[in-house]
Amino acid sequence: MTWDWSAVGDFMPHFWDGLLVTLQALVLGSLISFVLGLVWALLMRAPTRWVRWPVGVVTEFIRNTPLLVQLFFLFYVLPEWDITFSAMTTGVVAIGLHYSTYTMQVYRASIEGVPAGQWEAATALNLPLTRTWTAVILPQAIRRVVPALGNYVISMLKDTPMLMAITVLDMLGEARLFAQQNFQFTEPLTVIGVAFILISYPASLLMRALERRLVR
Amino acid sequence: MSAENPLTEDSGANPAVDGSELIRFDKVTKRFGDNTVLDDLDFSVASGKHVTLIGPSGSGKTTILRLLMTLTKPDEGTIKVGGDYLTHEEKNGKLVPAGEKHIREVRKNIGMVFQQFNLFPNMKVLRNITEAPVTVLGMSKDAAEERARELLDLVGLAEHIDKYPSQLSGGQQQRVAIARALAMRPQVLLLDEVTSALDPELVAGVLDVLRDIARSTDITMLCVTHEMSFARDISDQVLMFDSGRVLESGPPEKIFGDPEHDRTREFLGAVL
Repeated sequence: MTWDWSAVGDFMPHFWDGLLVTLQALVLGSLISFVLGLVWALLMRAPTRWVRWPVGVVTEFIRNTPLLVQLFFLFYVLPEWDITFSAMTTGVVAIGLHYSTYTMQVYRASIEGVPAGQWEAATALNLPLTRTWTAVILPQAIRRVVPALGNYVISMLKDTPMLMAITVLDMLGEARLFAQQNFQFTEPLTVIGVAFILISYPASLLMRALERRLVR
Repeated sequence: MSAENPLTEDSGANPAVDGSELIRFDKVTKRFGDNTVLDDLDFSVASGKHVTLIGPSGSGKTTILRLLMTLTKPDEGTIKVGGDYLTHEEKNGKLVPAGEKHIREVRKNIGMVFQQFNLFPNMKVLRNITEAPVTVLGMSKDAAEERARELLDLVGLAEHIDKYPSQLSGGQQQRVAIARALAMRPQVLLLDEVTSALDPELVAGVLDVLRDIARSTDITMLCVTHEMSFARDISDQVLMFDSGRVLESGPPEKIFGDPEHDRTREFLGAVL
C-alpha cells in the first residue's frame, strides 16, 4: 500500500462537496430535533391522555426502530402515496425526527428537574400557565439541556453517512464514489476520517465549555 | 427604612380592614394517603390580624397555608377568602369545584413567602419582583420597577437590584422574596417557616423586616414559625395545632403565658 498525495489533491474538490452536505444535514437535522423534541416533551405533559398516548406510541416506535429503516421508508415508501421530497430533504427530516425522540427525553428530564418550588412560586404570584412555562420553567430547563443535546449532535454527525443509503452524497458518499472510480481507497477514506475527528472533537470541547458556563 | 413607606399607600386598595372576617375554614379535611393532616377543621381570621400557627411538625400548619395558596386542594369542606369560595364556586345555587378563572381571581388577594425562598434563578432581583406585577396586574414596566425599588429599599437591599439570586445570601434572598410577594399588594400574606432554611446569623434581619411590615401595614398575616419570640412580638392571635385540629387559640400572652392544655405547655417547653 502506498500513500499517494496526488490522489488526496484529486479528491479534495469532492471532499468539499461532501463536507458541505454533511454539515447541512447536521445543522438542519439538529435544529429539527431540538424543536421537535421540545414539542414532544410538552405534548407528553398535556392534561389529556388522548394527546399523551399517541405521542408516546409514535415516539417510542421511532426511537426503537433503526434510522436506516426510517430513511428507506421515507425515501422509497412515501412516494408510493405521491409524497415526494428530494433525497436531501428526506434525509434531514429522517435524522431530525429520529433524534427528536431522544432529545425529547432530555427535555423531559430537565423539565422535571426544575424544583417544585418554582411552580409553587409561579402559582403564588398568580402567573398564567403559559407565562410560567416561557418565563420560569423553560429558561431553567433549557440551560440544563445543552450538554446532553451536544452529545446527540456529535452522535448525529456520526450517523450522517447513512444518508448515502438514499443517494445523498455526504463525505463518505463522495469518498466511496471517488474510490470506486479511481481504485484508490486509502486516501479519500483517511481524509474523511480525519475530517470527522476535526469536527467532532472541537465540538465536544465546545460542549464541555458550554456546560461549565451554563450549569451553575 | 425609607421615609416614604411603600406599604402605607396600600390601605386605600385594601377594602376590608375593619376587623371583619377575611378567611374562613369550614369543616376542612385534608388527607395524604392514610394520613389525615387536617381533620374537620374550622377556624377564621379577621382582616388585618396577624395570626401565628404553632404546633408540632406534622400537625397541619403548613398544609393550611398551602390550601390558602391553592397549592393543594381540600378533600372535604370549604375555604372562603374575602367572602369568596377559594376552591369552589356557586353555579345555579350549587357549590361546584372552581374553574381556573375563579381560582385566579380569588388568589389575587393572597401572597406567600416560602421556606426555600423559591426565587426565580434565571431572573435578576429586579425582574423577580416586577415579573408578576407586569404580566398579572398589567402594571407598566416603569411603575413596576419604581415599586420594586421602593420595596427593595424597605427590605434593605436597594444595592442588590441587578444581582442574580445565586449571588445573594439566604437571608437576602428571603428578603427579596418578601418584596416580591408584597409587590402584588396582597390582602393576605402567608409566611411558611420563612427563617427555617437560614443560617442562624441571618434570621434576625429577615424577622426585623417582617416586624416592620406587621407594624406599618394592615396586611393580614398568617405565619407558621418556630421563632416563638417573633410570634409573641407580632401576633394578635396564636393558634396551637395538634393532630390536624386547633387545640387552643388566644392572644400570645395567654398561649405563651398561661396555656389551657398540657399539650401546649409541653410543646412550648420543648421549643422555648
